[in-house]
Amino acid sequence: MRLPNPAVTASGLTKRFGTTEVLQKIDFSAPSGQVTCLIGPSGSGKSTLLRCIAMLEQPTEGTITIDGQPLGPWQDGIGPALSPARRRVMRAGIGVVFQQFNLWPHMTALGNVAEALRTVRRLPRAEAEARAIAQLGKVGLADRAGHYPSQLSGGQQQRVAIARALALEPKLMLFDEPTSSLDPELTGEVLNVMRGLAADGISMIVVSHEIGFVASVASHIVFLDHGRVVLSGPPREVFARPRHPRLTQFLETHVDVEASRLLQ
Amino acid sequence: MTFDPSVVIPYLPAMGRGALVTIGLWLAGLLASILLGLAIAVGRLVGGKAINLALGTLVQVIRGTPFLIQLFLLYFGGPRIGLTLDELPAGLMALSLFGACYMSEVFRTGLRAIPRSHIEAAESVGMSRWQILRRITIPEMLVLVLPAGTNIAVGLIKETAVLSIISVPELTAVTSEIGSETYAFVEALTTLSLCYWALVEICSRAGRLLEQRLASFRFAA
Repeated sequence: MRLPNPAVTASGLTKRFGTTEVLQKIDFSAPSGQVTCLIGPSGSGKSTLLRCIAMLEQPTEGTITIDGQPLGPWQDGIGPALSPARRRVMRAGIGVVFQQFNLWPHMTALGNVAEALRTVRRLPRAEAEARAIAQLGKVGLADRAGHYPSQLSGGQQQRVAIARALALEPKLMLFDEPTSSLDPELTGEVLNVMRGLAADGISMIVVSHEIGFVASVASHIVFLDHGRVVLSGPPREVFARPRHPRLTQFLETHVDVEASRLLQ
Repeated sequence: MTFDPSVVIPYLPAMGRGALVTIGLWLAGLLASILLGLAIAVGRLVGGKAINLALGTLVQVIRGTPFLIQLFLLYFGGPRIGLTLDELPAGLMALSLFGACYMSEVFRTGLRAIPRSHIEAAESVGMSRWQILRRITIPEMLVLVLPAGTNIAVGLIKETAVLSIISVPELTAVTSEIGSETYAFVEALTTLSLCYWALVEICSRAGRLLEQRLASFRFAA
């Protein structure tokens, strides 16, 4: 289906690592101001797709368009050269949240969030820190500003990482399995922050195994398997019965049966 | 022959002055070793093949030859290539180069140990390569290599004794003179050893204290 005003589109996107084809001619579109969820079994290519959009991985073939700005086209791993300055500007407009948080261990929560405001936006220290505190407040951690990552729980670290990604006020937020390395009792606080962002209307692309979250928050779902898009559409279409057999298999083997029952 | 440590007492002020020279040489040499070592390590990381090979060879040569010989070559051989230095600058230069090569190896392994993902996080907020190096990679690495770096700092204290050979008026040179004047070599050298040991002890304790202070920076589980 055609989506109005897409935040991200990819066409004919292929990514090969050596001879392994991780993405095979993916056509993908994420609507602006909405939440797009990428689901699929391990090794289906969903994280690689997200990393290509995050400009952390260079595609082998195809084109990506982010907020109207085309990247590529790539052919045999070679694409048009992007100046380092242009690349940095584009990256600053995309917030990325990683599975392993990847906070900088030698900086406090405040330092982590303020860093890009100081180095990339070149704001004076006081202003950068005031904005960082405000971001930490949004994820409910203003009182942990002076803590180092090692002094925070996993859920708190991931919320700091979200605040860090939000600090530059990106138009697009990418989440790569943001709750996969958290204890079950800590996933809720992270998902709640993400629900809040979705309600604010920021464009989000989320790779997640939290099917409950996906079903309740996503406006668009893309189901990947073996590097191909098997299904895509709004949740009611994707989860509609009769369900696509591959999706049924995925839900039965990769997702808690209780959770998939909620979708019936 | 009797052991009479009181022989050295009249010479203590002279030894104190020697100790100050030793400490000064050590601190200056350490600072230069860290800065130059950092330059070598970063140069090898970002500088491409030719620079990596040139700096790598320099490090191999310095680490593979005795410090005494390097000092002689610089001090006595230097004038032949137009590098005529007084004892003190020659000593400091040799010490700094020696320390820098050891430091650079510690820094290099530290830089390699920084998780790629921490650098990706910095790239993804739009930081430049230089900003990432200055703000993320190097500070994280310095915390990581603190114990190994302290080790080299300690080694450098003892290496300053070699500078007595070209008559830098540091602790060992001063104390050897006391030996020659009084023939109380054993007493003088025992006192000398105690002085070095005290310096080393202070340095390693400072290192451990710093490590504890930085404990909160350590990587989260």
